[in-house]
Amino acid sequence: MTPVGYFLVLSGILFSIGTVGVLVRRNALIMFMSIELQLNAVNLSLIAFSRQLGDLQGQVIAFFSMVVAAAEVVVGLAIIVAIFRRRRTADVDDADLLKW
Amino acid sequence: MAVETLVFWIFAPISVASAILMVVQRNAVHAALFLIVNFFCIAVFYLLLDSPFLFVAQIVVYAGAIMVLFLFVIMLLGVDQQESLKERLVAQRPLAIIISAGVALEIFFAIRLADGLTKAPPKGFEAVNAGGNVKALAEVLFREYFLPFEVTSILLIIAAIASMVLTKRKFTNDKGGA
Repeated sequence: MTPVGYFLVLSGILFSIGTVGVLVRRNALIMFMSIELQLNAVNLSLIAFSRQLGDLQGQVIAFFSMVVAAAEVVVGLAIIVAIFRRRRTADVDDADLLKW
Repeated sequence: MAVETLVFWIFAPISVASAILMVVQRNAVHAALFLIVNFFCIAVFYLLLDSPFLFVAQIVVYAGAIMVLFLFVIMLLGVDQQESLKERLVAQRPLAIIISAGVALEIFFAIRLADGLTKAPPKGFEAVNAGGNVKALAEVLFREYFLPFEVTSILLIIAAIASMVLTKRKFTNDKGGA
Protein backbone atom coordinates (compact mmCIF):
# COMPACT_ATOMS: atom_id res chain seq x y z
CA MET A 1 0.00 0.00 0.00
CA THR A 2 1.52 3.33 -1.05
CA PRO A 3 1.63 5.75 1.89
CA VAL A 4 -0.80 8.64 1.60
CA GLY A 5 2.03 11.14 2.09
CA TYR A 6 3.54 10.27 -1.29
CA PHE A 7 0.34 11.27 -3.02
CA LEU A 8 0.16 14.48 -1.00
CA VAL A 9 3.76 15.44 -1.85
CA LEU A 10 3.11 14.67 -5.53
CA SER A 11 -0.03 16.78 -5.41
CA GLY A 12 1.94 19.66 -3.87
CA ILE A 13 4.59 19.42 -6.60
CA LEU A 14 1.97 19.43 -9.36
CA PHE A 15 0.20 22.38 -7.74
CA SER A 16 3.46 24.36 -7.63
CA ILE A 17 4.20 23.58 -11.29
CA GLY A 18 0.72 24.86 -12.12
CA THR A 19 1.42 28.01 -10.12
CA VAL A 20 4.63 28.60 -12.10
CA GLY A 21 2.64 28.16 -15.31
CA VAL A 22 0.03 30.74 -14.31
CA LEU A 23 2.66 33.28 -13.21
CA VAL A 24 5.19 32.82 -16.00
CA ARG A 25 3.21 32.22 -19.18
CA ARG A 26 1.51 35.06 -21.06
CA ASN A 27 -0.62 32.95 -23.41
CA ALA A 28 -4.14 32.93 -21.94
CA LEU A 29 -4.80 29.35 -23.06
CA ILE A 30 -1.68 27.93 -21.41
CA MET A 31 -2.39 29.91 -18.23
CA PHE A 32 -5.84 28.35 -18.23
CA MET A 33 -4.38 24.85 -18.71
CA SER A 34 -2.10 25.49 -15.73
CA ILE A 35 -5.16 26.33 -13.64
CA GLU A 36 -6.65 22.98 -14.67
CA LEU A 37 -3.42 21.33 -13.51
CA GLN A 38 -3.77 23.02 -10.11
CA LEU A 39 -7.39 21.87 -9.79
CA ASN A 40 -6.33 18.32 -10.58
CA ALA A 41 -3.55 18.43 -8.01
CA VAL A 42 -6.03 19.45 -5.32
CA ASN A 43 -8.44 16.70 -6.42
CA LEU A 44 -5.64 14.17 -6.03
CA SER A 45 -4.97 15.26 -2.46
CA LEU A 46 -8.70 15.17 -1.64
CA ILE A 47 -8.97 11.58 -2.85
CA ALA A 48 -5.79 10.56 -1.03
CA PHE A 49 -7.23 11.96 2.21
CA SER A 50 -10.55 10.27 1.45
CA ARG A 51 -8.90 6.86 1.38
CA GLN A 52 -6.67 7.47 4.37
CA LEU A 53 -9.50 8.66 6.61
CA GLY A 54 -12.05 6.13 5.35
CA ASP A 55 -14.59 8.77 4.39
CA LEU A 56 -16.21 9.02 0.96
CA GLN A 57 -17.03 12.72 1.32
CA GLY A 58 -13.61 13.61 -0.09
CA GLN A 59 -14.47 11.77 -3.29
CA VAL A 60 -17.83 13.53 -3.46
CA ILE A 61 -16.08 16.91 -3.18
CA ALA A 62 -13.62 15.88 -5.92
CA PHE A 63 -16.59 14.92 -8.09
CA PHE A 64 -18.24 18.30 -7.54
CA SER A 65 -14.98 20.08 -8.25
CA MET A 66 -14.79 18.24 -11.59
CA VAL A 67 -18.29 19.45 -12.47
CA VAL A 68 -17.48 23.02 -11.48
CA ALA A 69 -14.19 22.83 -13.43
CA ALA A 70 -16.10 21.75 -16.53
CA ALA A 71 -18.45 24.74 -16.20
CA GLU A 72 -15.50 27.03 -15.53
CA VAL A 73 -13.64 25.83 -18.62
CA VAL A 74 -16.69 26.41 -20.82
CA VAL A 75 -17.17 29.99 -19.63
CA GLY A 76 -13.45 30.79 -19.49
CA LEU A 77 -12.77 29.60 -23.03
CA ALA A 78 -15.79 31.56 -24.26
CA ILE A 79 -14.33 34.69 -22.64
CA ILE A 80 -10.93 34.02 -24.26
CA VAL A 81 -12.62 33.59 -27.66
CA ALA A 82 -14.56 36.82 -27.14
CA ILE A 83 -11.37 38.74 -26.24
CA PHE A 84 -9.61 37.21 -29.25
CA ARG A 85 -12.40 38.37 -31.57
CA ARG A 86 -12.03 41.91 -30.31
CA ARG A 87 -8.24 42.24 -30.04
CA ARG A 88 -6.87 39.47 -32.33
CA THR A 89 -4.59 38.23 -29.56
CA ALA A 90 -4.57 35.64 -26.80
CA ASP A 91 -1.75 37.37 -24.94
CA VAL A 92 -2.84 38.55 -21.50
CA ASP A 93 -0.38 41.47 -21.53
CA ASP A 94 -2.29 43.03 -24.40
CA ALA A 95 -5.49 43.28 -22.35
CA ASP A 96 -4.21 46.17 -20.25
CA LEU A 97 -6.97 48.75 -20.59
CA LEU A 98 -7.44 48.96 -16.82
CA LYS A 99 -3.71 49.24 -16.12
CA TRP A 100 -2.76 52.44 -14.38
CA MET B 1 8.05 -4.34 -3.82
CA ALA B 2 4.31 -4.32 -4.11
CA VAL B 3 2.75 -3.80 -7.51
CA GLU B 4 0.92 -0.67 -6.34
CA THR B 5 4.15 0.96 -5.19
CA LEU B 6 5.81 0.07 -8.48
CA VAL B 7 2.95 1.61 -10.47
CA PHE B 8 3.14 4.74 -8.33
CA TRP B 9 6.87 5.14 -8.91
CA ILE B 10 6.41 4.64 -12.66
CA PHE B 11 3.61 7.15 -13.05
CA ALA B 12 4.73 9.85 -10.57
CA PRO B 13 7.80 10.88 -12.63
CA ILE B 14 5.73 10.79 -15.83
CA SER B 15 3.11 13.09 -14.32
CA VAL B 16 5.68 15.59 -12.99
CA ALA B 17 7.65 15.55 -16.26
CA SER B 18 4.54 16.06 -18.39
CA ALA B 19 3.43 18.94 -16.14
CA ILE B 20 6.82 20.67 -16.49
CA LEU B 21 6.87 20.10 -20.25
CA MET B 22 3.34 21.50 -20.46
CA VAL B 23 4.45 24.74 -18.80
CA VAL B 24 7.60 25.24 -20.89
CA GLN B 25 6.04 24.29 -24.23
CA ARG B 26 5.98 27.10 -26.81
CA ASN B 27 3.30 25.52 -28.98
CA ALA B 28 -0.15 25.48 -27.37
CA VAL B 29 -1.16 22.22 -29.06
CA HIS B 30 1.88 20.42 -27.63
CA ALA B 31 1.08 21.86 -24.21
CA ALA B 32 -2.47 20.50 -24.45
CA LEU B 33 -1.19 17.04 -25.42
CA PHE B 34 1.21 16.99 -22.44
CA LEU B 35 -1.67 18.03 -20.19
CA ILE B 36 -3.66 15.03 -21.47
CA VAL B 37 -0.75 12.75 -20.50
CA ASN B 38 -0.79 14.35 -17.06
CA PHE B 39 -4.55 13.80 -16.67
CA PHE B 40 -4.16 10.12 -17.56
CA CYS B 41 -1.42 9.76 -14.93
CA ILE B 42 -3.68 11.35 -12.32
CA ALA B 43 -6.46 8.96 -13.37
CA VAL B 44 -4.08 6.05 -12.68
CA PHE B 45 -3.42 7.49 -9.20
CA TYR B 46 -7.18 7.52 -8.56
CA LEU B 47 -7.22 3.82 -9.42
CA LEU B 48 -4.37 3.22 -6.97
CA LEU B 49 -6.41 5.04 -4.33
CA ASP B 50 -9.33 2.59 -4.81
CA SER B 51 -11.60 5.10 -6.56
CA PRO B 52 -12.58 3.48 -9.87
CA PHE B 53 -15.54 5.81 -10.38
CA LEU B 54 -13.38 8.94 -10.29
CA PHE B 55 -10.83 7.16 -12.50
CA VAL B 56 -13.47 6.85 -15.21
CA ALA B 57 -14.84 10.34 -14.56
CA GLN B 58 -11.34 11.81 -14.83
CA ILE B 59 -10.75 10.20 -18.22
CA VAL B 60 -14.20 11.03 -19.59
CA VAL B 61 -14.52 14.57 -18.23
CA TYR B 62 -10.95 15.87 -18.21
CA ALA B 63 -8.98 13.91 -20.80
CA GLY B 64 -12.07 13.66 -23.00
CA ALA B 65 -14.42 16.61 -22.84
CA ILE B 66 -12.34 19.44 -21.39
CA MET B 67 -9.23 18.80 -23.45
CA VAL B 68 -11.22 18.45 -26.67
CA LEU B 69 -12.74 21.84 -25.89
CA PHE B 70 -9.26 23.27 -25.30
CA LEU B 71 -7.98 21.88 -28.60
CA PHE B 72 -11.01 23.27 -30.43
CA VAL B 73 -10.32 26.75 -29.07
CA ILE B 74 -6.59 26.50 -29.84
CA MET B 75 -7.43 25.62 -33.43
CA LEU B 76 -10.02 28.40 -33.57
CA LEU B 77 -7.55 31.01 -32.35
CA GLY B 78 -4.75 29.77 -34.60
CA VAL B 79 -1.78 27.75 -33.43
CA ASP B 80 0.83 30.27 -34.56
CA GLN B 81 0.24 32.74 -31.74
CA GLN B 82 3.54 34.38 -30.83
CA GLU B 83 4.10 35.00 -27.17
CA SER B 84 6.00 38.18 -26.32
CA LEU B 85 9.02 37.54 -24.16
CA LYS B 86 9.15 41.11 -22.91
CA GLU B 87 8.69 41.33 -19.15
CA ARG B 88 6.20 43.91 -18.04
CA LEU B 89 7.09 43.49 -14.37
CA VAL B 90 10.69 43.46 -13.19
CA ALA B 91 12.05 39.94 -12.58
CA GLN B 92 8.60 38.38 -12.62
CA ARG B 93 9.74 35.04 -14.06
CA PRO B 94 12.63 34.24 -11.69
CA LEU B 95 10.61 35.43 -8.72
CA ALA B 96 7.63 33.27 -9.76
CA ILE B 97 9.83 30.17 -10.02
CA ILE B 98 11.59 30.81 -6.69
CA ILE B 99 8.36 31.48 -4.82
CA SER B 100 6.65 28.42 -6.31
CA ALA B 101 9.60 26.23 -5.33
CA GLY B 102 9.24 27.71 -1.85
CA VAL B 103 5.55 26.76 -1.81
CA ALA B 104 6.43 23.19 -2.86
CA LEU B 105 9.02 22.90 -0.08
CA GLU B 106 6.58 24.37 2.44
CA ILE B 107 3.94 21.81 1.48
CA PHE B 108 6.50 19.01 1.76
CA PHE B 109 7.64 20.06 5.24
CA ALA B 110 4.06 20.61 6.39
CA ILE B 111 3.20 17.05 5.33
CA ARG B 112 6.30 15.66 7.03
CA LEU B 113 5.58 17.64 10.18
CA ALA B 114 2.06 16.23 10.31
CA ASP B 115 3.53 12.71 9.97
CA GLY B 116 1.93 12.39 6.55
CA LEU B 117 4.71 10.08 5.37
CA THR B 118 3.54 7.48 7.86
CA LYS B 119 3.05 3.97 6.59
CA ALA B 120 -0.07 3.55 8.71
CA PRO B 121 -2.71 1.62 6.76
CA PRO B 122 -5.90 3.48 5.81
CA LYS B 123 -8.60 3.34 8.45
CA GLY B 124 -11.77 1.50 7.49
CA PHE B 125 -11.85 2.44 3.83
CA GLU B 126 -12.70 -1.13 2.83
CA ALA B 127 -15.79 -1.01 5.01
CA VAL B 128 -16.89 2.33 3.57
CA ASN B 129 -16.31 1.07 0.05
CA ALA B 130 -18.20 -2.17 0.64
CA GLY B 131 -20.40 -3.24 -2.26
CA GLY B 132 -18.28 -1.36 -4.76
CA ASN B 133 -17.01 2.20 -5.00
CA VAL B 134 -19.76 3.31 -7.40
CA LYS B 135 -22.57 2.08 -5.15
CA ALA B 136 -21.02 3.54 -2.00
CA LEU B 137 -20.37 6.87 -3.70
CA ALA B 138 -23.92 6.98 -5.07
CA GLU B 139 -25.32 6.46 -1.58
CA VAL B 140 -23.37 9.41 -0.20
CA LEU B 141 -24.09 11.57 -3.24
CA PHE B 142 -27.82 10.95 -3.45
CA ARG B 143 -28.53 11.04 0.27
CA GLU B 144 -26.36 13.67 1.94
CA TYR B 145 -25.45 15.71 -1.14
CA PHE B 146 -28.65 15.52 -3.15
CA LEU B 147 -29.39 19.25 -3.16
CA PRO B 148 -25.86 20.30 -4.22
CA PHE B 149 -26.02 17.63 -6.92
CA GLU B 150 -29.18 19.16 -8.34
CA VAL B 151 -27.75 22.67 -8.07
CA THR B 152 -24.79 21.62 -10.24
CA SER B 153 -27.23 20.83 -13.05
CA ILE B 154 -28.43 24.45 -12.89
CA LEU B 155 -24.78 25.54 -12.90
CA LEU B 156 -24.06 23.52 -16.03
CA ILE B 157 -27.09 24.95 -17.84
CA ILE B 158 -26.02 28.47 -16.89
CA ALA B 159 -22.49 27.76 -18.17
CA ALA B 160 -23.81 26.41 -21.48
CA ILE B 161 -26.06 29.42 -22.02
CA ALA B 162 -23.31 31.83 -20.95
CA SER B 163 -20.82 30.38 -23.43
CA MET B 164 -23.36 30.63 -26.23
CA VAL B 165 -24.12 34.26 -25.37
CA LEU B 166 -20.43 35.18 -25.05
CA THR B 167 -19.35 33.69 -28.37
CA LYS B 168 -22.41 34.65 -30.38
CA ARG B 169 -21.71 36.67 -33.51
CA LYS B 170 -24.06 39.54 -34.15
CA PHE B 171 -25.43 39.59 -37.68
CA THR B 172 -26.61 43.17 -37.76
CA ASN B 173 -26.25 45.74 -40.51
CA ASP B 174 -25.38 48.74 -38.36
CA LYS B 175 -21.62 48.80 -37.80
CA GLY B 176 -21.54 50.67 -34.50
CA GLY B 177 -24.34 48.84 -32.73
CA ALA B 178 -23.35 46.71 -29.78
